[in-house]
Amino acid sequence: MAKPSLLSVQDLVVQFPTRRGTLTAVDRVSFELAEGEILGVVGESGAGKSLTGSAIIGLLEPPGRIAEGAVYLEGQRIDQLRGEALRRLRGAKIGMIFQDPLTSLNPLLTIGQQLTETIRTHRPMSQSKARERALELLYEVGIPAPERRIDHYPHQLSGGMRQRIVISLALAAEPRLVIADEPTTALDVSIQAQITALLQRLCREHGTAVILITHDMGVIAETAERVAVMYAGRVVEIGPVHDVVKQAQHPYTKGLMGAIPKVGEAMDRLTQIRGSMPRLTAIPPGCAFNPRCDQAFARCRERPRPNLMPAGPNRAACWLYAEEHEEAAADG
Amino acid sequence: MTDTVPPNVPTGTKSWWQRAAESDVLYSFRRSWLAQVSAVVTFVFVFMAVFAPWIAPFDPYDLSQVSLLDSLLPPVWAEGGDPRFLLGTDDQGRDILSTIMYGARISIFVGLASVLFAGILGVSLGLLSGYLGGAVDAVIMRLADIQLTFPAILIALLIDGIATAVIGGKGDAFTAYAVLTLSIGLSFWVQYARTVRGSTLVEKNKEYVQAARIIGRHPLSIMIRHVLPNVMGPVLVIATINLALAIILEATLSFLGVGVPVTEPSLGTLIRIGYDFLFSGEWWITFFPGLALAILALAVNLLGDWLRDALNPKLR
Amino acid sequence: MLAFILRRLGQAAIVMMAVALLAFVMFRFVGDPVNQMVGIETSLEEREALRERLGLNDPPVEQFLRFVWNAANFNFGISYQFKAPVSELLASRLPATLELSIISALLALVVGVPMGVYAGLRRDAWLSRIFLTVSLMGVALPTFLIGILLIYVFSVLLGWLPSFGRGQTVDLGFWTTGLLTISGWKSLILPVTTLALFQLTLIMRLVRAEMMEVLRTDFIKFARARGLQTRAINFGHALKNALVPVITITGLQLGSVIAFAIITETVFQWPGMGLLFLQAVQNVDIPIMSAYLLLIAFLFVAINLAVDLLYFAVDPRLRITRAAGH
Repeated sequence: MAKPSLLSVQDLVVQFPTRRGTLTAVDRVSFELAEGEILGVVGESGAGKSLTGSAIIGLLEPPGRIAEGAVYLEGQRIDQLRGEALRRLRGAKIGMIFQDPLTSLNPLLTIGQQLTETIRTHRPMSQSKARERALELLYEVGIPAPERRIDHYPHQLSGGMRQRIVISLALAAEPRLVIADEPTTALDVSIQAQITALLQRLCREHGTAVILITHDMGVIAETAERVAVMYAGRVVEIGPVHDVVKQAQHPYTKGLMGAIPKVGEAMDRLTQIRGSMPRLTAIPPGCAFNPRCDQAFARCRERPRPNLMPAGPNRAACWLYAEEHEEAAADG
Repeated sequence: MTDTVPPNVPTGTKSWWQRAAESDVLYSFRRSWLAQVSAVVTFVFVFMAVFAPWIAPFDPYDLSQVSLLDSLLPPVWAEGGDPRFLLGTDDQGRDILSTIMYGARISIFVGLASVLFAGILGVSLGLLSGYLGGAVDAVIMRLADIQLTFPAILIALLIDGIATAVIGGKGDAFTAYAVLTLSIGLSFWVQYARTVRGSTLVEKNKEYVQAARIIGRHPLSIMIRHVLPNVMGPVLVIATINLALAIILEATLSFLGVGVPVTEPSLGTLIRIGYDFLFSGEWWITFFPGLALAILALAVNLLGDWLRDALNPKLR
Repeated sequence: MLAFILRRLGQAAIVMMAVALLAFVMFRFVGDPVNQMVGIETSLEEREALRERLGLNDPPVEQFLRFVWNAANFNFGISYQFKAPVSELLASRLPATLELSIISALLALVVGVPMGVYAGLRRDAWLSRIFLTVSLMGVALPTFLIGILLIYVFSVLLGWLPSFGRGQTVDLGFWTTGLLTISGWKSLILPVTTLALFQLTLIMRLVRAEMMEVLRTDFIKFARARGLQTRAINFGHALKNALVPVITITGLQLGSVIAFAIITETVFQWPGMGLLFLQAVQNVDIPIMSAYLLLIAFLFVAINLAVDLLYFAVDPRLRITRAAGH
């Protein structure tokens, strides 16, 4: 690893106790994130992407809880923080933005009020200074005529503008890491590109790392440097974006990439992975993907879920690469 | 390539009984001791109400059983109490325990009758309003809005007053009951109507209604078959909470003197009769009927609350 | 917004007309007004002459319009029981009811809102559970029972407070008030508490439910994600949003308070409009009944309108239409 890790997630487990038993929604997820890096987290609905993000910033809704594992930010352990220590972390070190910009903003307060409040929470300054800073932020995210817009209420602005304001709020205290949970899903396609470009530019300019959670592979391909593919609560493949897309190693990833139509190539039909991702209550034994996998063999059913192991240019959680792993280890 | 069955599809179907036994409602019931206690209490009252003529120690309205010599006796554990009259007697010599049983009987019957009336009226109007739409819908909903601005007690009092004036006096017992049921029921139909109207509107837009029209079957009858099951849950919740309100409303009206006929006092009437004696020290005449009413109202209320929470998908 | 006001005024007028029609029908056609007003010895010709003089033989529409006109001039006819103008009777009883209702509404607000906020924020605290239990009593127990209980404890057993009447009142011209004497205040305590209790429980439950609902929203989650202080989130954001529906619903409740005053006034023999109305129902005194109906309807409609305007003032989403932008 060249750059020191900003964020280190190690064997994170998120569970929900229900009356039918304990459900494991995030099953030993591990990854590293460097300063200023943009990591995409992609997967189907229910794969555990959002929960991983919420767990990192400590916003899991009860009864969900972090059952095992650890999260380190700048070398300090943060998953066990509570109360005031946790609050100081949020906004100043880690920010998070959510999917729907309309419901993310308080309808009864003006944009300016919400901005100045956030600014003054993290940096004590006068109301007028905070307002100046708010105007700067609005300008930075590309809001036209910010002096006018700052006194508007959220419902007076369009979806794209609202999401820009949400981004400005999340970046107001200059966090080192921003977790973006489906930031473009609720927006028009034409606006999506603008928002992803904005996110990319801002993070590059401020050196902020981003965890970009989405089910839209296209957004990842455009914006992220590395990507982690999640399936049924676990990361099944992780690697540089280009390598994961062009040289997918895990059968699930291969299926995903095969399902994307390629411009300029003639195809008879899109690859389809039969079946569907299992519900949390009915995860099959062994590798969770094995019932749908063309290349499954005995070990896939019998051994517990595999961890990430080197597989070509990436790392994949698949027994197919275990022989190579063992051979490589045997060679020294 | 043959499709293998994905692992998360349930195989086979369970019988209705199995599903009910595993259902969230029953689970919630078993876990809530409060719901169980309320259910038991309600059941005891209903039992008492239905079987009062057989299990009450006396018939307090049979004048041959009542003697002025027994009047104003305190409960059995107080000084001067008589073991025949466990909770004491009133100024006429009637056994308080028996009057409570008979009174509860009337309270519950009137309550149930009003809720039934309100429910049938409300559900029908809701169906009509949702299905016919247009002017009928507008008129019914306007009426509902106007009625909702006025509290139930006002409406009940008004209807009672008008009915009394029209009939010219209180009329016989049956008329009095009819008027009472009518006035309480008319105060409560709106909630049913609104809920059912909502469900009806949802169903009306579905394709099978149009399909029925094409086939030639009357869409209304088919729609009812689909609307009613969906709406039974909420209607049941409304009915239970309504029952508590109806019992309280009837007790209030009787307390005010415009409820059930005096010859067949309900719990509210008993409280009123006993109220005068509160100041001269004969507290038991008001206290025990009051306690009975409070327990009954509380139990039905709690049951309704629990049912609403158990059937609310958002809280699961 | 002007269109909205006009529309609401129009709706209000329709409701008033409908109620006026009902009141008129009651007034004129239920029972025979003439027979109620005169003694048994009055001859048939005299009755007929009276009928003519009162305009009871005119076409119904004309009578209705005359009725509405009279009502607008506060002329509601003569009471059957008291043989006095209904408007005078109502005016003399109005202060008692209004003092009782308004003070109990204020009490319910001042106590109910904080209770609800606390119960909403600290759901598992034992105090919250106590509040919820108390609220259950308020909802499940009939008002008259609570009044009787209070009388028994504080009047009969302890003898601290009076059990009926308004105490000593001071006449201020058109208004008689019990607020300027100690005995007046003492007499107010029990009835106000009785009337306030069910409102209090409703307000408390509502505030609690709204707080819990708001605390689950995305913007609260985002506020937490931004690291805002807990107090700022709870009071600056959550409470502010939770109170919006509470304000409007409470305003609407004020109307039903005035109606529930009937029960409280009966239990405490409080000389207000409610007691007057009840006696009118018991004695079939139609003029009082129809006048009370009109008055209450007017109050309700006015309150509803005020609440709608208040909602407008409080929620910016209604106030400001969406400006263009992207």
